[in-house]
Amino acid sequence: MLEPLFPWREIRRMEREMERMERDMERIFDTFFPRRRRWMEVEFPPLNIWTNNEQAVVTAELPGIKPEELELSVNNDTLILRGKRVTNELPEGARYQRRERFQGEFARSLQLPFAVDADKVEAHYENGVLTITLPRAEADKPKRIAVRTAESNGKEG
Amino acid sequence: MTEETRAIQVQQEQRPTVRETRRRRIFAPAVDIVETSDELMVLADMPGVRQEDLEVILEKNVLTIRGTVQLPAMQDYDLEYAEYEGGDYERTFTLADDIDRDHIEAVMKNGVLHLHLPKAGPARMRRIPVKTG
Repeated sequence: MLEPLFPWREIRRMEREMERMERDMERIFDTFFPRRRRWMEVEFPPLNIWTNNEQAVVTAELPGIKPEELELSVNNDTLILRGKRVTNELPEGARYQRRERFQGEFARSLQLPFAVDADKVEAHYENGVLTITLPRAEADKPKRIAVRTAESNGKEG
Repeated sequence: MTEETRAIQVQQEQRPTVRETRRRRIFAPAVDIVETSDELMVLADMPGVRQEDLEVILEKNVLTIRGTVQLPAMQDYDLEYAEYEGGDYERTFTLADDIDRDHIEAVMKNGVLHLHLPKAGPARMRRIPVKTG
């Protein structure tokens, strides 16, 4: 049998398929055992990574923060996101009846599937969702290599 | 004092659950509830919900908050890694009798719902200034 040309691609595809199946299983599980505490599941903020050949898009659910207090840094294929979410001081005599929302400092480090061009990274904050667009570094992109034939090589007759 | 505040508590009756409707999940948002002498303030994390996608419904003494999320259009991308799943939000609270139902306010700020539930009754009345002749 022929070996796949890009084994890691194949592995990634299989991984994704596994994840999809896991999610489907979870979905079925949830219908019987409702998930109550979504906010306890992962670190804050929860992140999703979307990719194609050109760029990666990282989205983070970060409600109620000041975007100017976020610190984003990119080094090669690693993205670091730091910040804090603090609530305002309570007025005199106020008290919490319930407290479920995340509070405090956070730091997340993510490894992307490719190196990115740090100068072209853009971040956008809207309705509590942070979207970071990370274009793939030019040097990291796959190059198409033209295959020349004898004819196009300029040989004649 | 303690008796008075107990009478105005927001009780959480229905369990937050995850349900599935039109292939989208409904999540119970995390909330903080802060009580002051004038009001109860509910803060709910509902990232992705705009003001116009928010619904606050009061039916008898049951208050329901509901937020619809505009999922990003990512058809040109593969989801490489996921820690959260896009979905809508819903949570229900039972109000005590002392909440002034006509003056409930709801504002979305950066994906956080700020719900103000002013107290009616004695706690409120004390604050009405009395004019003298």
